[in-house]
Amino acid sequence: MAEAAIPSSESAVDLESLAADVVALAMKAGATDAEAVVREGDEFSVNVRMGQVETLKESGSRGLGLRVFLGKRSASTSTSDLTADGIRQLVNGAMALGNVTEEDPFAGLPETAEFGSLKGDLHLFYDDVYSLEGPERIEWARRAETAALAVDPRITNSDGGSFDAATGRMVLANSRGFVGGYRTSYAGVSAAPLAKDANGQMQRDGWWSSARSFAHLESPEAVGEEAARRTLRRLGARRVPTQRVPIVFAPEVARSLIGSVFEAASGDSIWRGASFLAGRLGTKIAATNLTIVDDNTMMLPTGAGGYGTSPFDGEGLPSQRTVVVEEGVLRNYLLNTYTARKLGMKSTHNASRGLAGTPGIGRGNLYLEPGTLTSDEIIRDLSAGFYVTSLMGFGTNIVTGDYSRGATGLWIENGQLTHAVEEVTIAGNLAEMLMNVTAIGSDLEFRGAVASPTLRIDGMTVAGAEESSY
Amino acid sequence: MTIPAASPAPSLKRYFFEKFGITERLLERCLGEALSAGGDYADLYFESVTATALGVDEQIVKSASQGTSAGCGIRVLAGERTGYAYTDNLSPERLLHAAKTAALIASGPAKQPVQGFTEAPNADLYPVPLGGYDLDLAARLELILRADRAARAFDNRVVQVRASYSEELRRILIAASDGAFASDTQPLCRLNVFVIAKDGAITTKGSAGGGGRAGLDQFVGSKSPEGLAREAARGAILQLGAVPAPAGEMEVVLGPGWPGILLHEAVGHGLEADFNRKKTSAFTGLIGQSVASSKVTVVDNGTMAGRRGSLNVDDEGSPTQETVLIEGGILKGYLSDKLSSRLMGCANTGSGRRESYQSIPMPRMTNTYMLAGDDDPADILRSVKHGLYAVNFGGGQVDITNGKFVFSASEAYLIEDGKITAPVRDATLIGNGPEALKHVSMVGHDLKLDEGIGTCGKDGQSVPVGVGMPTIKLDKITVGGTGR
Repeated sequence: MAEAAIPSSESAVDLESLAADVVALAMKAGATDAEAVVREGDEFSVNVRMGQVETLKESGSRGLGLRVFLGKRSASTSTSDLTADGIRQLVNGAMALGNVTEEDPFAGLPETAEFGSLKGDLHLFYDDVYSLEGPERIEWARRAETAALAVDPRITNSDGGSFDAATGRMVLANSRGFVGGYRTSYAGVSAAPLAKDANGQMQRDGWWSSARSFAHLESPEAVGEEAARRTLRRLGARRVPTQRVPIVFAPEVARSLIGSVFEAASGDSIWRGASFLAGRLGTKIAATNLTIVDDNTMMLPTGAGGYGTSPFDGEGLPSQRTVVVEEGVLRNYLLNTYTARKLGMKSTHNASRGLAGTPGIGRGNLYLEPGTLTSDEIIRDLSAGFYVTSLMGFGTNIVTGDYSRGATGLWIENGQLTHAVEEVTIAGNLAEMLMNVTAIGSDLEFRGAVASPTLRIDGMTVAGAEESSY
Repeated sequence: MTIPAASPAPSLKRYFFEKFGITERLLERCLGEALSAGGDYADLYFESVTATALGVDEQIVKSASQGTSAGCGIRVLAGERTGYAYTDNLSPERLLHAAKTAALIASGPAKQPVQGFTEAPNADLYPVPLGGYDLDLAARLELILRADRAARAFDNRVVQVRASYSEELRRILIAASDGAFASDTQPLCRLNVFVIAKDGAITTKGSAGGGGRAGLDQFVGSKSPEGLAREAARGAILQLGAVPAPAGEMEVVLGPGWPGILLHEAVGHGLEADFNRKKTSAFTGLIGQSVASSKVTVVDNGTMAGRRGSLNVDDEGSPTQETVLIEGGILKGYLSDKLSSRLMGCANTGSGRRESYQSIPMPRMTNTYMLAGDDDPADILRSVKHGLYAVNFGGGQVDITNGKFVFSASEAYLIEDGKITAPVRDATLIGNGPEALKHVSMVGHDLKLDEGIGTCGKDGQSVPVGVGMPTIKLDKITVGGTGR
């Protein structure tokens, strides 16, 4: 593409002043406290399928959100109309809504002394994500797909290769004196090839690389080849009989388990008692070798800030590192100001903030600390087991801990990966699964904000062909 | 099924023209610019959305929020290629710039002229209730407060109740280089109740919701605040006594209504034309072949009055319709948008949908359901020696390419010797799309549509949908419990 997105004249506008002005307007309208957030972003994406450009998208947008307090009552509004008229409606609307809500003794902004922002450059933004010229961006997508298609003659079709780039800016200001903002950038390359076996059965898988800097991306060829390897290993997949065997979660699926632990340890689930971890603080909830950390300050080996790194959270509190589980003991809940007050605790600076609504709880860089075994060593130890490489569905109940999901992967026999497996489920209960982690891999790698090494969990049920006899 | 109302929905042209200073001349200029590099087709999608949400939690009205957004997406098609750009600034300069950006998907001299616009009258499936969306907040608060009271009163083991109400009004205007010109006002609301129950050391959850493209008067009967609250509370209390779900292949009876999510996952997605055009679906090439038992007929119907998945026009401006997907077990057709119908030479079924002006339209479902059969639901249950009766579900997912799909039961019971016995804990069911419906051996006469809670995700885009089904029996499908 010959032309970049409009270098928006608005980005010249000082978004921090805009946010502060909106807060001042709300206070003038009678709010006892106010908080404004401005988000601005642009995106580029291209998908090349079977060698031809399939879609090409390029654009940008902005939004403004306001939260007002009228004593212990609160309400929020958002708009994409940043004109004086739009802002007037945003403020008036919030004040009107504030009059229909009721007093919540725990509502309110954090205390003034709590605000802050990490000092120094966290390396969250690299302007090189847009450094490629249009035709080169298309070429990156094409290279990823071409590499995947070239690996094996059984790869006969494709959902394409893609290249994406995006930048964003977030600004937060409130009536207690906090004003802060930061920019972020993203670049990604991916491929999704299809393979067909002799019986005509098709399989699809994919792989990707993403980074804050274009310079930190893996090559399109590496991504395409890995995508092809992952698709090919699914060929010949079959079901297995229903049975109980050790499950080995590959890192790309183990991370979803860590995400479930985060959700269960989040303040909103905890104060409601709506979590299998509620009331378990300070007690052993997992195998002794298991340590889970949420670190919003982490820097990657490349020198860039982590995917979940930020200078401050969604309420303007400085980012921090929180140990969630330490050697099997639940050490901290993940809290924003509201949930901390509900529990009589201190915020762990995990507030997340969209444009509208009250702050939620968001993770930073969430990971399980690595162990010492390679994934090969974990597999080699099993006479029979199921190595899971992808999960399907939403069968995770944080309240009861019940866990039941569709799974795809490879069967383990006598310490070796054998045939592909599909159309089976794996089931257990998270509370028991955490205690039954019997091996942790050394292969922790941050490909996104949530990361885990390979995990082995015992005692789960694989449901497939035939009904269980137990 | 319901018949669309005859009176046409009023044109929204004036709304966009007055509110955003758009003119017909500007639309033509933008389309001309969009085709300036040789594209075959271009369209403009203007969208203006207002959304409101209210929540009661711990008997306190804790939250109220409102949001507005507006923007325009501009798409250019050139062969199989799509160029797309959007802007939330509707000034002529920005619109023309976006058109120029999208145009570059093609390269060459302009070859397609912009046709004069013709606006066909729309169906009027969801007359916006008079004054209903001028937001009488008190009436809306009353709904969630009533739900809160009813859920608390259901059982003293109910320890937490949250009720929320949300609604949006979406106005769209579509102008295309082929002369298509359409507009629509799309209301959508939803009432949700979420309950936590506790008994000793056991804690469970239950939820229920309902809604649609209709006014507040829809919240009566099973969709009344009390009806939904009781349903949520009942589900949570039931789970307090649930036993582990069985594991493995067995007979499964699915109750009527929301369990129709089976159809959405097992066949619906696999029949979206884009996957079949690219030959990436497990259903590719199966038109005319048997993909289900002869008792199975499945349709996708966007023309049902007031339903969550219904639309007067799709997001490309084409009228929606009732499309037969499977008839008597035979695969009949795909769900298609303009691009796929042009490239595949198949009919455009009015299935082009998008999440917002920032998104490229794709073939999507509307309300997908199985037609009623002849069996008595009681006979269906009686016919099962040993199996599972699943009446409520959470979400589902499908791998289009290998056809494997899952959907997660949130309320299910064991069936022993034809009788419903113990409730079981959450379990995921898994099957293979082109095979699963071949095992449908009985179809009830009790077709029911869901209460209006479905949201479907595809390529990161969410759109509201409906599902429905009578009671059916699957002779085998895999139940993913722990089996102990």
